[in-house]
Amino acid sequence: MIEQLKALELESLDKLKAIDSLSDLDQWRVEVLGRKGSLALLLRGMGQLPAADRPAVGARANEVKNTLEAAYALAENGIKQQAIGQRLHQDQVDVTLPGRRPGSGRLHLSTQSLQEIGRIFATMGFQVWESPEVELDLFNFELLNIPPYHPARDMQDTFYTTNSDILLRTHTSPGQIRVMRRYAPEPIRVILPGKCYRFEQVTTRSDIQFYQVEGLAVGRHITLADLKGTIANFAIQMFGPGREVRFRYSYFPFTEPSVEADVDCIICGGKGCRLCKYSGWLEIMGAGMVHPTVLRNGGYDPDIYSGFAFGMGPGRISMLQHAIDDIRYILTSDLRFLEQF
Amino acid sequence: MRVPVSWLKEYVNLTLTPDELAYRLTMSGLEVEKIEHTGADWERDKLVVGEIVETKPHPNADRLTIALVNDGSSAEPKLCITGAPNIKPGMQHVKVPFARLGATIVDGHTDDGSTFVIKPAKLRGIASEGVLCSEKELGISADHSGIMLLDPRAPVGMPLVDWLGDTVLEIAILPNIARALSVTGVAREVAALTGEKLRYPQLTGEGTGPAIAGQIHVDKIHVEIADPDLCARYSAAIIRHVTIGPSPLWMQRRLTLAGMRPINNIVDITNYVMLELGQPLHAFDYDRLPLEQGRKQIVVRRARPGEQMRTLDGQLRTFTPDMLLITAGETPVAIGGIMGGEDTEVHGGTRTILLEAANFDFINNRRAAQLLRLPSEAAGRFGRGVDPELTIPALQRAGEFMRLYAGGAVDQGFADAYPGRKPPLTIPLTAREVQRLLGMDLSQAEIAALLRSLDFQVAEQGEVLLVTVPSFRLDVTIAADLVEEVGRVIGSDRLPATQLADELPPPHRDLLWEHEQAVKEILVGCGLQEIITYSMTTPEAEAKVYLDTPEAAGHSPAYIRLANPISSERTAMRRTLLNSMMENLALNLRYRQRITIFEVARVYLPEGGSGDGLPAEPARLGIALTGPRIPHDWSQGTAEAPPLDFFDLKGIVETLLTDRLHIQGVAFRSASHPSMHPGRCAELLIQDQVAGVLGEVHPLVAERYDIPGRVCLAEIRLDQVLPQVQTMHLYHTISRFPAVTQDIAVIVDDETAAAAVEQVIRETGSSLLRHVQLFDIYRGEQIPSGKKSLAYTLEFQADDRTLTEDEVATLRHQIVQTLAERLGASLRA
Ligand SMILES: [Zn+2]
Repeated sequence: MIEQLKALELESLDKLKAIDSLSDLDQWRVEVLGRKGSLALLLRGMGQLPAADRPAVGARANEVKNTLEAAYALAENGIKQQAIGQRLHQDQVDVTLPGRRPGSGRLHLSTQSLQEIGRIFATMGFQVWESPEVELDLFNFELLNIPPYHPARDMQDTFYTTNSDILLRTHTSPGQIRVMRRYAPEPIRVILPGKCYRFEQVTTRSDIQFYQVEGLAVGRHITLADLKGTIANFAIQMFGPGREVRFRYSYFPFTEPSVEADVDCIICGGKGCRLCKYSGWLEIMGAGMVHPTVLRNGGYDPDIYSGFAFGMGPGRISMLQHAIDDIRYILTSDLRFLEQF
Repeated sequence: MRVPVSWLKEYVNLTLTPDELAYRLTMSGLEVEKIEHTGADWERDKLVVGEIVETKPHPNADRLTIALVNDGSSAEPKLCITGAPNIKPGMQHVKVPFARLGATIVDGHTDDGSTFVIKPAKLRGIASEGVLCSEKELGISADHSGIMLLDPRAPVGMPLVDWLGDTVLEIAILPNIARALSVTGVAREVAALTGEKLRYPQLTGEGTGPAIAGQIHVDKIHVEIADPDLCARYSAAIIRHVTIGPSPLWMQRRLTLAGMRPINNIVDITNYVMLELGQPLHAFDYDRLPLEQGRKQIVVRRARPGEQMRTLDGQLRTFTPDMLLITAGETPVAIGGIMGGEDTEVHGGTRTILLEAANFDFINNRRAAQLLRLPSEAAGRFGRGVDPELTIPALQRAGEFMRLYAGGAVDQGFADAYPGRKPPLTIPLTAREVQRLLGMDLSQAEIAALLRSLDFQVAEQGEVLLVTVPSFRLDVTIAADLVEEVGRVIGSDRLPATQLADELPPPHRDLLWEHEQAVKEILVGCGLQEIITYSMTTPEAEAKVYLDTPEAAGHSPAYIRLANPISSERTAMRRTLLNSMMENLALNLRYRQRITIFEVARVYLPEGGSGDGLPAEPARLGIALTGPRIPHDWSQGTAEAPPLDFFDLKGIVETLLTDRLHIQGVAFRSASHPSMHPGRCAELLIQDQVAGVLGEVHPLVAERYDIPGRVCLAEIRLDQVLPQVQTMHLYHTISRFPAVTQDIAVIVDDETAAAAVEQVIRETGSSLLRHVQLFDIYRGEQIPSGKKSLAYTLEFQADDRTLTEDEVATLRHQIVQTLAERLGASLRA
């Protein structure tokens, strides 16, 4: 019996060596280790052995069983490894092929900058306020201290409608009057974003339609120094730390004093380059203290209240940020352009 | 405004380089747009002042002249040959720009500014030792008609750059810089900014001839202002015995540098004084002024309706009563402050000049100049406001020049009608007010000193400064103007930068604005690209997007139309985004096959306005899709993906409104629309109100935009949608108990809307029916014709228990039964 066991062991292990698939392996397991397998059949004869021999044969049989089971497990593992290896090999791809992009949409460049500007001023307590694009001459000019035929009208060439009292707003400033009349005598901090229109030849630097963002703060203790600090804060948040702001005195009929705000060049840091036309500075907005007449027209007593206002073009800011040299791209809505942002 | 630095130096010491000066001026509000250096590239040792000592005809050529030129380098004069018409044999002691051999000058015979180096050359057998230069050859102007003549005072041999070289500052003209529209005006600014003293031109007496006087009638001229609201002051001088000829070269040179063309001594003098002091002058030929009632008189009055005059540009002009005329009583002789008349113009034989220095209302002047389309140099100044105190100094200055350079004799005294004289303006100002507006502390003494440097008179009265505004500061009328003066002279460097410390305003959140931004973000998340297009269009362009013209459809919409459109393609404000979306698709289809875009913008509806004449500006959302549903990639090979269709568009709208904005009561119903495919168009309903249209574009409409294939297009009334956005919506418990799914397929009439079937299923299924999903539509075998089979997966679930099979079976049975009752549906076997 011992010899039979030995032979069975050798024979089975021999067979196992030749197996290379899981199905053959399973068949081997049934044939050798199954309930009706060759080992079981052999052990059935154990009952006929003398009782004294049984323990030794039993021990031997157990040994053989363990050996075969271990060999089975080893073979199974080997075959599985091989199969997975094969599958992985077949799955191999050229990782340099283009990825399958989900086709993301994008906000228009102007919306992106408009929202960014809005978020920055929100950190300083400014809230969004909107007003009409088709405006009364009264709000666009007269209440802003620009009477008919005033030379300041030359600064803003205007689209008039067939009703001569009504025009396309040339700036977002009429919103100043509208928001003041709405909230006087509350303090005000708003930004007024929106489309504006100018009767101008379309060039690489100006278009007949553009976005403007106006800012307005009115209160009892608002100063030109606050305006400088606010714009400096904006410049740092928009263009990065270390930016400096300077004021050049200028003229707008609805502010007094009036300034142009420049930020040191974001490309050369003030040394002079093509972007800043070798001046070291980039003009980013016009601003000033709200003119007493405008405050009065808005319902605020200029002896008690003061305020500042500023206006900038998100288009101009985007052009600076992305070195765009032709503003006309912004309104053609050419996807070849928009998909770059 | 062009300011030659050499001219500026006459009135103020310049302690700064031109570049530093330009910087200081720019920072203080006089923006120097350009700095132009003349003669910067002239070689000092090769381009010099020369004197023609002798001229003689060229022996071998009639049209050439030989000039012997002393250039200061040797006793022996240099021989030059010239064909210039203004150098003639016999000329002597004329100063000219002389270019020695080896000098680089501009080629006078080309127009591209190319230069060449002068080499020894023979002209008709005679060797030339240098070149006499024209202005063009020096690069000063385009004038190549003759050799440039220099002032006789120019020292022989001096490097030309030292005599003629200059720097011109070009200052931007903003409406408030009338005070600086003259060289003395700029000099005054420079003096204040640099702490130097202004040297105003010496004004000599009032002539030596017979006396003339103002409104009192004298025998020479009578001046009367009939409309003093439009003319504050009219002053005049008479200059006799003038000889018309060229003005002195130095004056011509300055005029040229300042951008004006020299004409003759009288015109040049009026222009020179205008540039120097800022007062426009007009010279009449006194003898040609018509006699009225036997005397010479000037009456300044409004035009009579239809009155006419030929202006000196040769145009016959017709006036209206809001235009101001200078008349000889009945006969118009000039348009006040705009342009003179042809009949009284100074000409070659003029002997006596009536010189006008007047002051006109700037608004009326601008208005008249615009109505007449006559932008003149004078109108440019009067239209910004001119100091009324300037008339007499300007007459004094011009009279003196006419005496010196036109041989004139100035009559004593000036006619001077000045009904608009205003007392000087005094504005109280405190250091506290300066602090309140600027946010920086300045002492009262410093403020007073700064203002005095700008010629303001300042009296200190306790804590108040009484600031008297000089007459030339028409732009300063209120305390805030003075604060600006203080600020700009101090400069921005000293201004601190502080953060707003004022009380925060009450919160006024603009939810509609925020929802609008949310709409954009959601659509971007759906893979759409935002576009922004022009608000201006034409009614014809918009008619293109509708199959029937509005007229054919029985209504012709009102547009906000522009009075002054810039092009025939942009004449009116758009009423719809549909056309804009189609135009944009057409544009981008040149480069793309698959386009998915949206725009959020206002449309302009005149009929919806609120009564002040302004249109309603409701917000609209436009969406357009075209091309394959799935972006093509390499793994698809050449297989064609199906096109984007109505359901892709509808899915985006459903995602936006229902899934993301949680708007209640969103529904769609079949509709017809003049842009859309009749079988693939739906109206969007929100709470039973029409809130937009979506569909596939009618093929004939798409053809008009040259767009082949399916185009999906939607226009949604965002103004109706945004107020419906739910910021608070209730969440639904996620049940811990298992869900049971059941599939059912029902056969209904082909015409039955899927939405109706689903509605019955949902209503009948009660709250235990958690999801309904249509997974198949089938027509064909086993289905009677005129019918279709709709297959749904139903998911049942309870929050508090595991549903029993009986419960689910009952619900399913009820659904099938209700479908049969309401829609005649039968269960598919
Ligand atoms: Zn730079």
